Amino acid sequence: MKTRGWFRNGALAFGLAFLYIPILSMIVFSFNNSRLVTVWDAANSPTLAWYRKLFANGQILDAALLSLQIAAVTATGAVILGTLAGLALVRFGPFRGRAMLATMTTAPLVMPEVITGLSLLLLFVALEQLTGWPAGRGIATITIAHITFAMAYVTVVVQSRLAGFDDSLEEAALDLGAKPAKVFFRITLPLIAPALVSGWLLAFTLSWDDVVISQFVSGPNSTTLPMVIFSKARLGVSPDINALATIMVLIVATGVVLSTIWMKRQERRRLLEEQMARSDAG
Amino acid sequence: MMPNAGNRVPQGLADDRLGLWQALLQQFGLQRWSQYVRQHWSGQRLVVAVPWLWLFLFFVVPFLIVFKISFSEIRLAMPPYAPLFEWLEEGKRLVTTLNLGNYAFILSDNLYISTFAYSLKVAAVSTLLCLLIGYPMAYAIARSAPTARSLFLMLIILPFWTSFLLRVYAWVGLLKTDGVINNTLLAVGLIDTPLTLLYTDFAVYIGIVYSYLPFMILPLYANLEKHDLTLLEAAADLGARPFKAFLRITLPLSVPGIVAGCLLVFIPAVGEFVIPSLLGRADQLMIGRILSDEFFANRDWPVASAVAIVMLLALLLPIMLFQRYQRRELEAAKR
Repeated sequence: MKTRGWFRNGALAFGLAFLYIPILSMIVFSFNNSRLVTVWDAANSPTLAWYRKLFANGQILDAALLSLQIAAVTATGAVILGTLAGLALVRFGPFRGRAMLATMTTAPLVMPEVITGLSLLLLFVALEQLTGWPAGRGIATITIAHITFAMAYVTVVVQSRLAGFDDSLEEAALDLGAKPAKVFFRITLPLIAPALVSGWLLAFTLSWDDVVISQFVSGPNSTTLPMVIFSKARLGVSPDINALATIMVLIVATGVVLSTIWMKRQERRRLLEEQMARSDAG
Repeated sequence: MMPNAGNRVPQGLADDRLGLWQALLQQFGLQRWSQYVRQHWSGQRLVVAVPWLWLFLFFVVPFLIVFKISFSEIRLAMPPYAPLFEWLEEGKRLVTTLNLGNYAFILSDNLYISTFAYSLKVAAVSTLLCLLIGYPMAYAIARSAPTARSLFLMLIILPFWTSFLLRVYAWVGLLKTDGVINNTLLAVGLIDTPLTLLYTDFAVYIGIVYSYLPFMILPLYANLEKHDLTLLEAAADLGARPFKAFLRITLPLSVPGIVAGCLLVFIPAVGEFVIPSLLGRADQLMIGRILSDEFFANRDWPVASAVAIVMLLALLLPIMLFQRYQRRELEAAKR
């Protein structure tokens, strides 16, 4: 058994190194003062030159602001729609159109992005011909496209959270005369709050990161940050992108760690309350 | 129920239309409509209807449009395709032009066939590599101490939260001829001349494995974590060596996790666009790139649609398998 433990841990260490070395190399080279982006210039480094250049680049800043707005609206819309879909699929039992809803919420998870992007663009063009809306492509069409694929992820997160609770609390509240809407806001929603937070963050990340679908459904004045990065990256490596990546990694790492701590704390409090309720009853 | 409409038939066309509208309004007008909603739509129906209609409009209808356009002919107009149904001679004759030419073109052109074959090969090899790297990792996490597990899981998921595009881009810097890997190998003295790593099949495999590894590990971990370890103890008591016990017990039990992980990697990898564009060969494109080129560069929307439909048909079976897995997983979570 000793040798197997060695193999297992070796594989894990190798895998984690594989996952983190590229990120670390980007961070390191963002502080490198050299025209040759991949050669470390020990004499003049570390430097913040690339960060200064990044914050002087109006195109990147505008694109980042646009992406931020789209991602925030997308995340909010996806959480609302995804929560409704998850609630219906887990709690409502059989209803007409249930199988269809289940299919429509799992297929986007694996659908190649080029297909989603192409089909949505063709829909928007056809809609514009028929109704005059949307007039051209832009922020609105990108947001609709992002909500559509992000809500599938939120649905899965909400579904698995809801499936982890039985509906006894909700039923007790209904028996005591609470209206369904009240039950949802007073009981179901607090229970699934952690799933909504992680769903929101997930949807935000998916939108913030998407380049393929955005390329299909964007218009002339709606270039998102990933589209700028992609066109720059196609031309080769540029160190200000390294600086941008470093900033993004820092924000994300902080956010994930904080939200994990928050969720752990919520969970602990919930368990404690359950315990107290049980000892009161007993 | 429509007395007005019936009475007004002999009068002029405009009047007739007005009557019909009146009747329709009476039948389905605002008052009736809100009454209907009050009577028949409970809150539950509304909860179902909103996401259902959204996904129907923005996920299902678009596919029907792609399907329709794939049978059209290209035309120099905006939008650049011919309609399937056309009224000729002032609405007296309905002409349908169902054109199978796009499919015939794709399926007879060597470029498309080799691109499809190459995409399937790249996706299959990457999926296999993902499994070979991901399985031992998922296994190691599932068998580590419970306190270490959540830390390892967070480490697996954390890169997934940072930009996928930037992480692929990081490999350009690593794999370049004067990149980090070549410089390191040269400095250590393992090689004399730099290796060609970037813009090769190898680079695409690395990019896909790197980006999709968490999707392989997470379902595998979810499966391996639930295994009953007493089975392995029993096997050891009966004299089976650890490796044999693994082959006969752990591996068969983890098949659902393997299938789910492989599908989560394989299906999106077939249509992958960003990774081959940044890391891949210039002389051999993948199908996602061909689709996008047909659409943007050639402005041939019908052929691009036909490529999408063929790709979708090829992926239909894996997508249905994935759906079944997902459903079963949720039912298991309910119990």
